[in-house]
This record gives sequence, C-alpha cells and structure tokens, in this order.
Amino acid sequence: MAKITLSNLAHSYSDIPVTRDDFQLKPTIDHVWNDGEAYALLGPSGCGKTTLLNIISGLLVPSQGRILFDETDITELPTAARNVAQVFQFPVVYDTMTVFENLAFPLRNRGASADYVTRRVKTIAEMIGLSDSLDSRAHGLTADAKQKISLGRGMVREDVAAILFDEPLTVIDPHMKWELRTELKALHREFEHTMIYVTHDQTEALTFADKVVVMLDGEVVQLGTPVELFNRPEHTFVGFFIGSPGMNVLEAKVEGDTALLGGCAIPLHHGYKQPDASRVEIGVRPEFVTLTDGEDGLPVKVERVEDIGRHKIVRTDFNGSEINVIVPEDASISDRHNRLKFDPAAIHVYADGWIVDGEDQARQKGASS
Amino acid sequence: MNKTLNHRAWWMVLPVLILVAMNAVIPLMTVVNFSVQEEFYGEFSFIGMQWFADTLTNERFQNALIRQLAFTFTILLIEIPLGVFIALKMPRSGRWASVCLVLMALPLLIPWNVVGAMWNIYALPDIGFMGYMINAGAGFFGHDPANGPWFDYTQEPVAAWFTVILMDVWHWTSLVVLLAYAGLQSIDNAYYQAARIDGASRWSVFRYIQLPKMKHTLTIAVLLRFMDSFMIYTEPSVLTGGGPGNSTTFLSIDLVKIALGQQDLGNAAAMSIIYFLMILLVSWLFYTLTMQGEKK
Repeated sequence: MAKITLSNLAHSYSDIPVTRDDFQLKPTIDHVWNDGEAYALLGPSGCGKTTLLNIISGLLVPSQGRILFDETDITELPTAARNVAQVFQFPVVYDTMTVFENLAFPLRNRGASADYVTRRVKTIAEMIGLSDSLDSRAHGLTADAKQKISLGRGMVREDVAAILFDEPLTVIDPHMKWELRTELKALHREFEHTMIYVTHDQTEALTFADKVVVMLDGEVVQLGTPVELFNRPEHTFVGFFIGSPGMNVLEAKVEGDTALLGGCAIPLHHGYKQPDASRVEIGVRPEFVTLTDGEDGLPVKVERVEDIGRHKIVRTDFNGSEINVIVPEDASISDRHNRLKFDPAAIHVYADGWIVDGEDQARQKGASS
Repeated sequence: MNKTLNHRAWWMVLPVLILVAMNAVIPLMTVVNFSVQEEFYGEFSFIGMQWFADTLTNERFQNALIRQLAFTFTILLIEIPLGVFIALKMPRSGRWASVCLVLMALPLLIPWNVVGAMWNIYALPDIGFMGYMINAGAGFFGHDPANGPWFDYTQEPVAAWFTVILMDVWHWTSLVVLLAYAGLQSIDNAYYQAARIDGASRWSVFRYIQLPKMKHTLTIAVLLRFMDSFMIYTEPSVLTGGGPGNSTTFLSIDLVKIALGQQDLGNAAAMSIIYFLMILLVSWLFYTLTMQGEKK
C-alpha cells in the first residue's frame, strides 16, 4: 500500500504537443493521493480518466511529469515492476485454472513457497467469499464471481501498492452491482488498500470513493469528497454531472449581493466583485429551490412533474431555460405554483464555468493562508 | 396462437429435396447398393455383409489403412505446432500483418494437382532444384553417386514419403496458421495486461491464455486437417502414382485402384463406406472429446 504522488502530470498521444488541445491529459494534474484511501475517477467517455489510469498502471508513460508510489519514482517502470493490481471492465480470469489456481497464480509466478500460497489464497478466498468454490473451474462461474477472482488476484499479493478498477461493474447484472459495490466498500474499509476506481456512473463513484476526482476534457475539474462535490461544485460541469437531476445553471448578471436573471433580482449570500469573465452564471441545486404560489420570486411555468417515488421532480421553464425543482413526495402542484425561490446560501456564482468566491470568502481565505 | 395449416407449402421444399437427392442420397445409395450385392454377368445377387468382411480382413486394405494413419498423424504433428508457432510470431496489426496474411493465404489458393506437379519437378533428383541440392549435399557427405542418387522419390519409399509430407506441410500449414491467428486476434488486450500484472512468464501466457482461447479454432483446424489428409489422393498420385511399390498408396489411391483399375465394384463400395464411416467416427469423437467440459 502506498501514497501516490502525481506530480505535474500531462499526456499527449501526439509526439510533439503544441497547443493545449493536443494534450489528452492536460497539465493540471498535481495531486497527492493518500495511502489507504479510495479514489474514484469520474467523468464522461473521453475525458481522460482511462488515460490517467493507464499512466498509473504503467501501460502509458506520461509525456511530462512524474508519478511516485510513496517516495519511489515509478514513472518509467513497467507494469510488472509496479506492484499494482487491476480489475478490468470485463472479468479476466484464467479459464482453464480452478479458482484456487487463479488466486495462487500471481504468488506462484513470484516463486512463493507452497505453504505460504495455500495459506494466503485461503485468507483471500475468505475475504472475497469464494471459499466454497476454490476447487471449481473459473470458466463456469458467473460474471460477478469472476470479477471477485480478478480482485482477489490483486489482493493476494501483500505488497500491492494500489488496486485499480477500470469500470469493473459494466458487465455485472444490476442486482449484483449493488452487492458487489457494497462488498468492495467493506473490503476497502477493512483492509485499507489504496484503490482507484474509474467510472462514468456517479452513483458508483459517490458510494465507493472517499474522494472523487471529476474529470472533463482531460482536466481534473474537482477533487473532493462526495459532500464537497454536492455542496460546493467548483465547476458548473461538476454541479451538472453530479446530482440527479444536476445543478441548475443559469446565465445571470451579478452585482454585489444580487444576481439579475432577466430583470428579476435574486438575493445572494455573499457580495461579489464584478466578475471579469465573458460568461457569468449562477448555479443552484434543485434540492435548494422551492416552488411557491406566492407573489415574489422568479416567475416560471411548470412544464411537467416527474414522480420518482421518494420525491417529485418539477421541470419548470424560465425564459426558455429549464430549472429543476425537487419537491416533497406529498406536495400538490397546481397552476398557481408559478414562482421559484432559491436558498441564497446554496447559490454559487461561476465565471467561465469556474466558481467565484464572494468577497468575504476571499478575504477569509487570504487571511487563513 | 392459431395458425392456418397450408400443406401446399411443402412444395416449396421440393427443389431442395430434388437437388439433395440427385447429388447426395442417390449416389450414396448406389454405393450402398453395390456393397451388399454381387454382380455376375449383369445379374445381381444379395450377399449381405460379405464385401465388408472381405475388405476388413484384406491385408492390402489394412496396410493402406496403416500407411494412411501414419501419414495423417505425421502431418498433424507437424502442421499443428508449426502453424501455432507461426501464428504466434506473426505481427498483430499494421501493414506487415496484412502482408503476412496474404503470404499465408497464397498456398491455399493453389490446386492440389498443381502442388503435386510443382513438387514432382522440384524434388526430381537430376533436374529438380531441391532434389539436386539434397543429392549434392549427400555427395558432399560421402555418398557415392555411382550407386544412384541418394534422394530419389521414384525409387526410395523414404524419399517419397518425405516429399509427400513436405508437400502437404507446405500446402496446408497456412490453414492452421490462419485459424490459430484468428483465435489469437480474438484475445482482448486486458488478458495480456493482467498476465503482466500477475508476473506471468511467456510460457504461462501461452499455456493459460493463448492456448485456451485458441482451443475452438484449433479444434476446427485439427478436424479439417484430419479429414482432408485422410482423403489425400492427388498429391501422391501426381508424384508417384502411389509408389514406389505401394509405399504411398493411401486409402483413396487404393480405392481408386480397386474401383477403376480392377472394376471390383463390390469391394470398392464396401471400402468406400468403411472409409466414410471412419472419418465420420474419428471427427465426431474428436469434436465431442475436445468440447467436453465446455458445458459444465
């Protein structure tokens, strides 16, 4: 197990990257990932999360930057020398071997003694709940059992620095997904391997990871705990991508502590300097919007109501842009409900997509640092 | 569900029935017919299994069968490992992969009798390049040319066998290569990556990833090569006509000699059916055995 340092990392598939767009992984990645934590790399297809994973696993050598496991520089080391384990999108097992032989394979290849192998394999089989099928052929097992074997093959080596997961639940049946994810989480809690989990599914990322790394177009747009991503999305993409439905993002004019939305003033919690940007937006999550039949608030038209069981999602229209509202399951919605109110504390201001601190927040930060 | 029954639809099957009858059922039944009857000046009489018993106990048939089995197993033992080896060495992608594939496909496009004629000339001891070179080499190692050429497939059974096997390996190894290559191409890269992570050796990768994934295509390769080599006729026929002596008289050459050379239709028909059943049985056994364990 190890701490992973990604130092000023970037990668381009072209030999001589000229512009920033030539980079599939833009030079914004400079993090230290703590030992024993679970990280999720989350983002839409093509955002660079698999590229980053391949750099960590050793399949790719980055065009620039270093990568360290603890204090050892492993940037140029091949996969085999890195002590990483990987669970792939579809289960990779050695079909002709039994479950026992599968789990023993990495140890035997490294010349471990037969005694140790047996002991260790039994421990791991216990952990992943496959003790009963150690003697059966891996070939006939279900996809989720196979996926557990490939996880087990990673955990069987005690010196493994990190376990990487490349969308491991893609081929698993929905009802098994939950179970497998829960088990994975439990294993992580118990044995504290450093885990890195690539996915495009926000639920998977949020339930699995201690820290979520949200990526977009080869950039890390935010690295934070699920709560941070929910409460304070640093980029409109994070707000939009995380949450169901995602954050409402509306173009606005911000003057001091008011936002002007098409002539309608909305109070903000902080005062803002006039942001110096071509595009200024405010973002507020549907959870912090209330639909009222009062006289004040943002005038909207209710387009439709989706009842999803736990609560209702109301899709409203404000001058052509959609604003989603989450209302309690028992709320009744009528024609008179045509005003929206935002919780001022939950409104964030974004300049060109990135969050802007209020003047008082900026002062605080300046004082503390 | 209610379906209306319309028996006129059966007429649609008629063309196929006629075709299959004309080219498969009727010829086969003719052979079956000959195999249980004796002809004497145009008179046919039923003699039951007599021809079969005769054939099976006939030493000539037994010898041809032994030669046949020896030949088939020899070429399988050479072509399958060699084909797998070449497939493993071929590039996975890029321009060279296409070049290799085309080169590999070339021998397969050449007709059997052309292959026979090619090697017939190529291996001739006096004017054939290969035959000449081998004999030159033998001379260098002390063979006295006055005793006749050391390598002469028209005189020496070993030389004839060597040439026939070489011909077959040259002609058909590509088929094994192409099938094995297709099997290899279907292996996802993640397997190799996982093997690297698990610290597997080159041999382990072959033994536990490549070989199991090639199993299906290799089964087909073995079946095709078995059936085809078991029926080999043209090459030895063009090379020496089954000689020298009877040394390359394999089953189908023997069959043709009996049927056409001696006009012994009863024996030939019985032999045809035995021959056919043997191929069917071995193929079925092989397929069932290799595919066992798949359905566990």
